[in-house]
Amino acid sequence: MSRDNILHKVRTALGRSAAQAVADVPPVRLRVPEAAMEDRIALMMARVEALAGKAVRVPTMEAAREFVAGIIAGKTAVASNAPYLEECGVTGLPGVRSGIREVGELTEVCAKVDIGITSADYALSDTGTLVMLASPAESRLVSLLPPAHLAVVPVERILTGLDELFTILPNPAAQTSSMVLITGPSRTADIEQILVRGVHGPGQVTVVIVG
Amino acid sequence: MSVEFDQKIHDTLANASLQLAIYTATGRLKEKRIEVTAENVLPDYQELRTQANALKKHTIDNLDHYLEEFERNVEAYGGKVVYCKDATEVSDFVLDLAKRRGSKLIVKSKSMTTEEVDLNERLEHHGLESVETDLGEYILQLAHEKPYHIVAPALHKTRYDVADLFTKALHVARETVPEKLTLIARGVLREKFLKADIGISGANFLIADSGAVVLVENEGNARLTTSAPKIHVAVAGIEKVIPRARDLAVFLKLLARSATGQLLSVYTSFLAGPRRVGEVDGPEEFYVVLLDNGRTRLLPDRSKRESLYCIRCGACLNTCPVYRKIGGHSFPWVYSGPIGAIITPQFMGISHEPALPFASSLCGACGEVCPVKIDIPKVLLELRGDVKKMEAREGQNRMEKLAFRVFAWVMTHPRIYEMAGRLAASVAPAGDGKWIGSLPAPMSVGPMKAWLSERDLPPSPSKSFREMWRNR
Ligand code: SF4
Repeated sequence: MSRDNILHKVRTALGRSAAQAVADVPPVRLRVPEAAMEDRIALMMARVEALAGKAVRVPTMEAAREFVAGIIAGKTAVASNAPYLEECGVTGLPGVRSGIREVGELTEVCAKVDIGITSADYALSDTGTLVMLASPAESRLVSLLPPAHLAVVPVERILTGLDELFTILPNPAAQTSSMVLITGPSRTADIEQILVRGVHGPGQVTVVIVG
Repeated sequence: MSVEFDQKIHDTLANASLQLAIYTATGRLKEKRIEVTAENVLPDYQELRTQANALKKHTIDNLDHYLEEFERNVEAYGGKVVYCKDATEVSDFVLDLAKRRGSKLIVKSKSMTTEEVDLNERLEHHGLESVETDLGEYILQLAHEKPYHIVAPALHKTRYDVADLFTKALHVARETVPEKLTLIARGVLREKFLKADIGISGANFLIADSGAVVLVENEGNARLTTSAPKIHVAVAGIEKVIPRARDLAVFLKLLARSATGQLLSVYTSFLAGPRRVGEVDGPEEFYVVLLDNGRTRLLPDRSKRESLYCIRCGACLNTCPVYRKIGGHSFPWVYSGPIGAIITPQFMGISHEPALPFASSLCGACGEVCPVKIDIPKVLLELRGDVKKMEAREGQNRMEKLAFRVFAWVMTHPRIYEMAGRLAASVAPAGDGKWIGSLPAPMSVGPMKAWLSERDLPPSPSKSFREMWRNR
């Protein structure tokens, strides 16, 4: 009942009638700059590092697996169901749990392990951002609960920035119930403006760029 | 001015360490904003502000249309929209939901809108545990205080205050290092996240064409709040809607820059409905509470309507010379600073704290930094007009009117003005600037007392400007 009441109040206040048409939305110009892949990669890495994340570039999928193996060494990890991780051979590394499709089990595992390994649907070089769409391949918790997040991203997924993201993905809701942009490690400055990393989300973010 | 408003201002001004804390925190946020909005860093900054303003204006002018579109799309993705007119309706909705689902524990991420309706207090009153999970908000919940600043809610608390609160409430060994204090909170809150059935968030934006709620944060607590529990409830003011997902390309570039000087906040979540078939995790139920709570009251006024464009970035607070002196808790409601001064009287009615629109020097700094270009000084002036009209109706200001009439007469009669100046100079001892303090009544008591107690006149010159001009 408050629904109709509130909508009625809004309409009366604005002098509009129900279902009255509206003028076009003011234009928003999305600019997608020309940026060579090498420049995108360099900027992506610089931005991630500036946020106190780690960025590395490896030439091949095998090299990616080697790198990830080195990071895990003795620690425990959970990997998302991203096909790309399997192609790289990351899911088969010792100490890595993967293939979890049940939420209770996933939560339990993610809350215990040291590292969460994902791929990313896109990366934004302007800001050093990872774009993660929830799907059967990528869950929400793998990049959130463990104290460290490691993302393995093929170069071709690196976009320039927000404008390019919304140009190629004007309607994210059609694809997923959750799109998250991750820009560096979790942080807070709530006590005396002193920066502390890893308050609720991962305090360490490592981006492995492949190719 | 109410006695309470007056007293709080006085206390804040008299507290040297608090003065330093406000000044440093706002100063730092302000500097960082200036860095990332500079011409060489973000050449289209002004264009983005203009676009953001145009988008907000368009949406607010057609608000019913976008609310209905939003609602349709939320439902298309399996969520539900609940309109609430006030605090009671919001808490009734949540209480009823908790009861039906048998939930006792609720986790909350930062939301000024839920502060507005005292949601935690209302839920706890009915036996539910509702835990704030943003570190600053958690600290304030333990201290039973309201946010001091829209973006930095606990900026007035020192590490020692936090240590005291944690030791007392959590029975942990006393720590005073911010890193360690943060870790303690992480541990306590992590457990709550994993146990809670309901997560309540606010919303930075509602996207009409997507039925999505957008949350912007740095800690990850909003992600946890909306990912771990089975039920997600987002509480948002009706003005938060924007037309399309792509409009975020404009707003996201402005919000983090204006708020904390970041290019983007650490996490931006775009959430459309509950978990879908095949998705591994995420809530099973998704609700969006659309709150009026006084907002429709200010829609009819075409000129002041723009107060609803606010994206709560806090830039106007950081740049405001008045906020930076009197702090956040002097303000009578949850919103402080210039934005608080314009929306509090409009949401609550101007008689709530009639002095509020006057708590500004009208220096214009707030309007210049506002990323959505709200003309805050203009709205303040209009509200002053409203207050004066109200007072005139109530006949409270006869003395003041008389004073202004005398002033106007003096100002428009040059000879009289000069005489008055000479008279003042002969009374005021030149030099020590302690003139007012040395005066007997009626200046150091009576209606001018509050204003004068923190100020003095500059020492009066031996020659007036007019005399110098004549003798040049
Ligand atoms: S009024 Fe403008 S500057 Fe102030 S908080 Fe709102 S958006 Fe930011």
